[in-house]
Amino acid sequence: MEKGTGSVMKKEPLIRVENMKKYYPVKGGIVPHTTGYIKAVDGVSFSVMQGETLGLVGESGCGKSTIGRQLVGLEALTEGSIYYKGMNLSEMKKEERQRIRTNLQMVFQDSYSSLNPRKHIYEILAQPMLYHKISTKETIEKDIVRLLDMVGLPGSVLGRYPHEFSGGQRQRISIAKALSLNPEFIVCDEPVSALDVSIQAQILNLLKSLQEELHLTLLFVGHGLGAVNYVSDRIAVMYLGKIVEIGSAEEVFRYPVHPYTKALLEAVPVPDPEAEEKERGILQGEIGSSEAPPAGCRFHPRCPYATKACGEKEPDMREVAECGSGAIRQADRGSSVMQAAEHGTEACRGHYVACPRIMEK
Amino acid sequence: MSHLLEVKGLTTTFQGDFGTNTSVDHVSFYVDEGETVCIVGESGCGKSVTSLSLMRLLSRSGEVTEGTVFFDGQDLFAMTEKELDKVRGNRITMIFQDPLTSLNPVFTVGSQIAESIRVHMNLSKEEAKARAEMLLERVGMPDAAGTMKKFPHTLSGGMRQRAMIAMALSCNPKLLIADEPTTALDVTIQAQIMNLLKDLQKENGMSIILITHDMGLVARMADRVLVMYAGQFIEEAPVKELFKSPQHPYTEALLGSVPTIHDAADRQLFSIPGIVPEVYDEITGCRFAGRCPHYAAECDRRQEDYVFGPGHTAKCIRRKELLSPRKDAN
Repeated sequence: MEKGTGSVMKKEPLIRVENMKKYYPVKGGIVPHTTGYIKAVDGVSFSVMQGETLGLVGESGCGKSTIGRQLVGLEALTEGSIYYKGMNLSEMKKEERQRIRTNLQMVFQDSYSSLNPRKHIYEILAQPMLYHKISTKETIEKDIVRLLDMVGLPGSVLGRYPHEFSGGQRQRISIAKALSLNPEFIVCDEPVSALDVSIQAQILNLLKSLQEELHLTLLFVGHGLGAVNYVSDRIAVMYLGKIVEIGSAEEVFRYPVHPYTKALLEAVPVPDPEAEEKERGILQGEIGSSEAPPAGCRFHPRCPYATKACGEKEPDMREVAECGSGAIRQADRGSSVMQAAEHGTEACRGHYVACPRIMEK
Repeated sequence: MSHLLEVKGLTTTFQGDFGTNTSVDHVSFYVDEGETVCIVGESGCGKSVTSLSLMRLLSRSGEVTEGTVFFDGQDLFAMTEKELDKVRGNRITMIFQDPLTSLNPVFTVGSQIAESIRVHMNLSKEEAKARAEMLLERVGMPDAAGTMKKFPHTLSGGMRQRAMIAMALSCNPKLLIADEPTTALDVTIQAQIMNLLKDLQKENGMSIILITHDMGLVARMADRVLVMYAGQFIEEAPVKELFKSPQHPYTEALLGSVPTIHDAADRQLFSIPGIVPEVYDEITGCRFAGRCPHYAAECDRRQEDYVFGPGHTAKCIRRKELLSPRKDAN
């Protein structure tokens, strides 16, 4: 999908996902049997370049967390493949895959349930490092103190248990744990959603500075759009198991093209009381069922621009620069399609959208 | 003009394992008819306890030790439980963050709403049911008649919150207290619920106390804002004033630490060092002093509300001093 987008993309991405699918069986009936599937992720392709942060946004139940869990191997893929530095993870031998898995780590939303309550911090951090021979018995203490220092905790906390920390501190420990195996890629699954605003800013700044320092590649899953915008270089917007729009953070959030992205952004309350009321933009209805997603464009039942054709054919991903002038363009002068027409196509390179109406002339 | 709700010197303490903790410390505020007052603050600062205290809904370990609450000229703390029941759920109603735990799982949505109508209004079963259905329609439930017969767990989060709002509105309340009503919901659903609340307010002129930690929601909904920190209101201001010229360093920091979707790529988020003190009884001076970049010796003295404009007060002794040199520099 993202091949051949000019010289920029010639480098092999760190992570490349092709046609990823995850179906969960639904059991039912008098004699329990599989009656259907929850299509949590339904054919998603994207890539993450070395050193960049890809933000993944969407409403709850759209499959964004499932993508993250599949990337680090917590869930098996139903279909599709994940390439790490060009190597297909599912075709690898078990030992080889396990070795590579240490490079792919995860930070969870709920730091309380992701840290073992019966182990103190020293054990939590030391065990994986010793097991994977990242450190030795002689150097482990020094290594752990260095790790804690990186996430802004004093070395004196080593003997304490997870419940003795505040939410923000626990999230720092989770980050230290993820960093302990010197990973290249970290999936952050809503790492700040459970935190207060002031603590949220601390963690976001920490993630940003660590990324710069260690040249990490991040997948940042979140529903707080402000936070995602703050840390991400590129952003992918998901709706019911599909990516509907992907591009640089500035492009997607400033010049959104897909009607769903627009509606999502308009729903976010802006912390400025003088801002104009955007009454017209309120999206009606709710996200549909992923067991029986609507045919065609999955957003069409809620879309204000939908036509009959939208419910028939599933839209392809198209680069915005090559899109025609659809009804959506008429309705919004600030969109990327307009931008492409006005300033040439270069400004919106790498900005893709899956909307059937965008191709209309 | 007298206020619809007037709270003076409200103090709530909790009996903990290690003694008594003050959760809400001498807070005073008022709500006028038809206005929306937002209480913002971080978790554990006493926002919810404030609202529960004035409704006298505290758990057994909590106790209001001081203060008065007047609603529509009546003293809520002087009432008997029976008298209070005529006010609670009738003229003052509340909606909570998690509608699933506030709705009874073994009764249908319709019967629960109808029950609360029958308790407060002299209506027959059929009339109450008809009113419940009308209310569900009013709050934008797609299939009101069908929802009447549904159980809470079969509804989505947004629909449950709509059902809660329908119940809260059943007796045309004068005051609605909404305690983080949309924190668990998606932004698009949040926008729907907030629009609904605004419309309903326009229609029947009720007042709203909105408790939240989301500065974006405050900007959208509030007329006046109360900023709470460690059990005290540290700043009070009309909404535009608060966002334009916050006076307390905590408010300033709070506003500076919110990432927005319009941020430029190079924005550096301001982060407040440290955490909210968990026990703050002992702190006699400014409770934010430990995290404040402008800390000085006088901050350890007891802080009063200093006036910075009409309806704008802040508990910061150093503010005027901090402002003046900056003006000289410009």
